[in-house]
Amino acid sequence: MQRVGVFVCWCGSNIAGTVDVEAVSEALKSEPGVVFSTNYQYMCSQAGQDMIKQAVKEHNLTGIVVCSCSPRMHEATFRKTAAAAGLNPYMVEIANIREQCSWVHKDMLTGTEKAIILGKAAIAKVNLNAPLIPGESPVTKRALVIGGGIAGIQTALDIADAGFPVDIVEKKPTIGGKMAQLDKTFPTLDCAACILTPKMVDVAQNEKIRIFSYSEVTEVSGFVGNFEVTIKKNARYVKEDICTGCGACVEKCPMKRIPNEFNLGMDNRPAIYIPFAQAVPKVATIDPNACNMLKNGKCGVCSKVCAAGAIDYTQKDEYINEKYGAIVVATGFNPISMDKFDEFAYNQSKDVITSLEFERLTNAAGPSAGKLLRPSDGKHPHTIVFVQCVGSRCESCAEKGKEYCSKICCMYTAKHAMLTRDKYPDTEVYVFYIDVRTPGKNFDEFYRRAVEEYGVKYIKGMVGKVVPEGDKLKVQASDLIANKQLHIDADLVVLAAAIEPDKSARPLATMLTASMDTNDFFTEAHPKLRPVESPTAGVFLSGACQGPKDIPETVSQAGAAASKVIGLLAKDKLTGNPCVANSNELMCNGCSSCANVCPYGAITYEDKEFRMPDRTTKIRRVASVNPAVCQGCGACTVACPSGAMDLKGFANLQIMAEVDAICK
Amino acid sequence: MQVNEYKPLIVAFCCNWCSYAGADLAGNNRLAYPADVKIIRVPCSCRVNPMFILRAFQRGADGVIICGCHPGDCHYTSGNYFTRRRMAALFSMLDFLGIEKERTRVEWVSAAEGAKFAATMNDFVQTVTALGQNKRLEDLRCKK
Repeated sequence: MQRVGVFVCWCGSNIAGTVDVEAVSEALKSEPGVVFSTNYQYMCSQAGQDMIKQAVKEHNLTGIVVCSCSPRMHEATFRKTAAAAGLNPYMVEIANIREQCSWVHKDMLTGTEKAIILGKAAIAKVNLNAPLIPGESPVTKRALVIGGGIAGIQTALDIADAGFPVDIVEKKPTIGGKMAQLDKTFPTLDCAACILTPKMVDVAQNEKIRIFSYSEVTEVSGFVGNFEVTIKKNARYVKEDICTGCGACVEKCPMKRIPNEFNLGMDNRPAIYIPFAQAVPKVATIDPNACNMLKNGKCGVCSKVCAAGAIDYTQKDEYINEKYGAIVVATGFNPISMDKFDEFAYNQSKDVITSLEFERLTNAAGPSAGKLLRPSDGKHPHTIVFVQCVGSRCESCAEKGKEYCSKICCMYTAKHAMLTRDKYPDTEVYVFYIDVRTPGKNFDEFYRRAVEEYGVKYIKGMVGKVVPEGDKLKVQASDLIANKQLHIDADLVVLAAAIEPDKSARPLATMLTASMDTNDFFTEAHPKLRPVESPTAGVFLSGACQGPKDIPETVSQAGAAASKVIGLLAKDKLTGNPCVANSNELMCNGCSSCANVCPYGAITYEDKEFRMPDRTTKIRRVASVNPAVCQGCGACTVACPSGAMDLKGFANLQIMAEVDAICK
Repeated sequence: MQVNEYKPLIVAFCCNWCSYAGADLAGNNRLAYPADVKIIRVPCSCRVNPMFILRAFQRGADGVIICGCHPGDCHYTSGNYFTRRRMAALFSMLDFLGIEKERTRVEWVSAAEGAKFAATMNDFVQTVTALGQNKRLEDLRCKK
């Protein structure tokens, strides 16, 4: 039993107006454990706090109950007071007699009665309180960024700028991501490569940043401040530190008929390749599925022409184990597959392309060297139809499309249409849309310019069918405003495909125990107030892995994620929340019920030796909670069939005592 | 005021992040609800062990309500989904034992829904008052 002191606050007339504070402090005097009870006008004031400190000293109090406003308001204040008085701060309980009593009840009698009961419940609880000491854990001052697109690049640069080492893991042979494939960027129309590639060079030259390209994360364990990560560095059969990126091997490789992923299969690359001229790291990679030497042991041309001697056909996948304090997920997006959209004839005609393919077609470094030519016959298209919302906002077609708005399509379609009319004024450009959504700085002006200055024909309505006929594409569409059916003979049809999170995101989320929504976008800790943190401590989100985003938004989120990481890495030690679950090993039977419901993966199992009554020992599997990972929700305490799991600060007995006190 | 007016005893479990804050907001806005409702703060609605509810009924509570964040908004990402399932099972068992379904309730109240909190409590108290005292599970030994 504790020696409890009760302090009833008047809160001026806020509480004293409807609660007889004198009667409350008097009534609570006779409660078990209470050795001192008083009331005061403002308990949270300096004088009130001094009163508490004084009483702790005089009456040798071990527990404190403050009947006052909501604990959400002043629990922290009174915990500090308790600590200053030499008590454990978790020996304080608050009875909320303002927000949940005096302010909602008008009658003095009922208010006072209820305040006494709430006070009794708090006393019953504090009698069972135990001093809690928050755990401390060291922080590994190194960050991991998963994904090397613009989101990952910006996050890494910002973290490195603050002086912390960063590793980027990118599954492709080069960093740069989707932005490297783009031609121009809206709404300013500056060229993507011109603004991205200097950043890529910055990353390469930054001493604090290491790039693991052509690599992936295969295992994550640990917790905030102390993650242990296994990175698989795929064999690229070229020694990265020796290769100079001269490109002699690429030129001489006889296997030249491999679809080039970087140009979305619109041209070919050799079996040994560098994705694009400004790749970082600028190192060749051998495609093991295409290389004759690796498949049949016949060829070896690249090793003959490599002056640096960088080719190594015997290279093996390498596994690297590294410790990190924080992990940033920047896995980005992909356009969805068009295979299921038969109505647009994407698979029947080469001249039906996606917007990302259009991006490559108009890019000076693309397959047609920037000339807008039809992929089928290399002729200049005279009529182009852009179709928006292909798979976006598609409630009825959930099995092939997405319900959400992909957000970026309206703007890039306006960009494509504008650029086409700018370069080729003789081209007719139609855009079919459901709505044009242009919220963003200078976005609506941009769209209006496409319509008003460049004469792009925007038609509200959807395209029903595209039928290839001869060298034309017959587009059947409806114009909702004119209320008529349209038939357009197009030369090129561009589909604004919905975007979806990268396929690598879900297995990664499982590894990180980070949560995802039904669309596989990572969820943030709070949709408004913590938009760059995942609910899992120490895991942060950057870019389109969290939801569709354009480049400016991605960059700002990347910076925000970096600042959160810096804030974490700047600490030498992390203080945890002491109200965490703990398992009674003697009662635990290792059934895994608790681990199954834990949203944080905080519960692991270990084999422990127990002494039996007959002096033998027995090894049993028991649950153990990592206090640094546990957030204290208590889901496990209810799931535990044997009652071994309990929550500190909100223990079974404590809540039961509150129930008893209320139901007396 | 009637002398013998029946006053139900209602225990409300509120999660710290949404519903408890919602109750605070009801207070801030001075939205009245009957004093019969006594709130117990828990970190998450999924902390509410069915044991606590049985205990409340055993000790003479007339109604028990559990309030948590709206589905999808749980501070701990998935706690309220556990609550939803566990309580569905518990409440159907209680119903079988003769504790009317109306005496038990799970409600989602966000930190912004002070008005909803007050309205819910008013409605719940009214419902339970209409049912009258709960004697089914009450353990008279506890009253000694």
